[in-house]
Amino acid sequence: MSQIIKKSYQWVDDRFHLTPLIEFMRHKKVPVHKHSIWYYMGGVALFLFIIQVVTGILLLLYYQSGVDSGYESVRFLMTKVNFGWLIRSIHSWSANLFIFFIFVHMFSTFFTKAFRKPRELTWLSGFVLLLLAMGFGFSGYLLPWNELAFFATKVGTDIAGAVPLIGDAIKVVLRGGEDVTGATLSRFYAFHVALIPGIFTVILGLHLLFIQRQGMHEPDYFKNLPQEKKKTIPFFPNFILRDALLWLIVLNILLYLAVFFPWELGNKADPFSSAPQGIRPEWYFMFMFQTLKFLPAHILFIEGEVFGVLFFTVVAIVWLLVPFWELKFKGDKKARPLKIIGIVVILYIIALTALGYIL
Amino acid sequence: MAMKRRRFLDILLGAGLLGWLGSVLYPLISFLKPPPIPKANVNSIKAGVASQFPINSGQIIKFGRKPVILIKMESGDFRAFSAICTHLDCIVQYRKDLKQIWCACHNGHYDLRGINIAGPPPRPLDEYKVNIVNDEIIVSRPEQAG
Repeated sequence: MSQIIKKSYQWVDDRFHLTPLIEFMRHKKVPVHKHSIWYYMGGVALFLFIIQVVTGILLLLYYQSGVDSGYESVRFLMTKVNFGWLIRSIHSWSANLFIFFIFVHMFSTFFTKAFRKPRELTWLSGFVLLLLAMGFGFSGYLLPWNELAFFATKVGTDIAGAVPLIGDAIKVVLRGGEDVTGATLSRFYAFHVALIPGIFTVILGLHLLFIQRQGMHEPDYFKNLPQEKKKTIPFFPNFILRDALLWLIVLNILLYLAVFFPWELGNKADPFSSAPQGIRPEWYFMFMFQTLKFLPAHILFIEGEVFGVLFFTVVAIVWLLVPFWELKFKGDKKARPLKIIGIVVILYIIALTALGYIL
Repeated sequence: MAMKRRRFLDILLGAGLLGWLGSVLYPLISFLKPPPIPKANVNSIKAGVASQFPINSGQIIKFGRKPVILIKMESGDFRAFSAICTHLDCIVQYRKDLKQIWCACHNGHYDLRGINIAGPPPRPLDEYKVNIVNDEIIVSRPEQAG
């Protein structure tokens, strides 16, 4: 058996020269220090993305998009298909964990200042991946065509419509018309299973390529250590094996959640019924949703929702460009404005999210 | 002379490229924009029997492709408004306890004249005309109201 494997490897290696690649990975070192744990978060998000792709393809085998078939096909999947409920539950739970780990990964990158030169493009591509992941969540949420998703989509696309000048065009293109209808469902289906996965895969490829090319970021104090005091482990196989162990743990947590807290389907959407009480988006949109709820009808001379949209757009752009403005504070060690900004942002997100669920 | 010719070719190629890009992008963008669907020209609808409509309650009715909220107040009078919240497009409901129109999405309140009185809604709801003819409720567009 091992002879066959060896021969096959030889055959491929003769043609594609794999050995230098493996040598590269073996020589690549991953620093070991008290913040090493954060190196694994992106990997966990990657693992959850793979689970999304696999379970998503399985769901495609039964899902039928359409106002008269979307809800019914998901109900059929959950009640009649063997393990259909489990596959859907895993897909929903892993979507949520996926976004959670992207947030953890992003904030750990922010606090360890790993976005600094030369990793600006890794940060930018990561931020785009976060936005795309939220797009995944938003578009996938509508597909079962249930009440909560219907109204969340109405609100979400209407918020997009609040963008000055081009808002209306964006809204009509997203909805496939003036209202949220079957046309919206078709479009969201296309976004969710074709458009976003395509773009996401390309940018993810770049993101991973950047990381492989530049290696792991070393925190300042680690960088300043003498060479002999720097503790490292090889990327392959040591780091990969630790990664695999963590993935296994995450998989167990995911299965536990999916089995014991199965994702519900709710009531079918009815465009001619009142929005039910307790309407809310997925948790990762909650802080923005709750902010809009608190804003008065008018702020200065603009409508509250327009103000909210502009506010979050500006904050997102400032956040996206952090590698380019943060260096100004570099000399001032005492001020630590970055740490304060990061903590304020996290506290704001946690507080508004909590309020969204309490109120 | 040679440079002039090169420059001429550059401009020609550049313009050709722009034209090509335009001819690719224009149909693509136009394709994304859905064609307008002609609106059903509904001016009035029948919304049931007035005496059977419970007092102090509201109901969402279909007015063409738009939802309208029809309310019977404690006085027995009817009012009808567009049921689309002016804030973010949710569908409103009648709250018996408050005697107000309420939107569950962002806690917006309107009084029984459709005026936004609390929460985020920026504008009042559009009012529809309600007539009772032989105990039948007729809801009509504001501009059709006589």
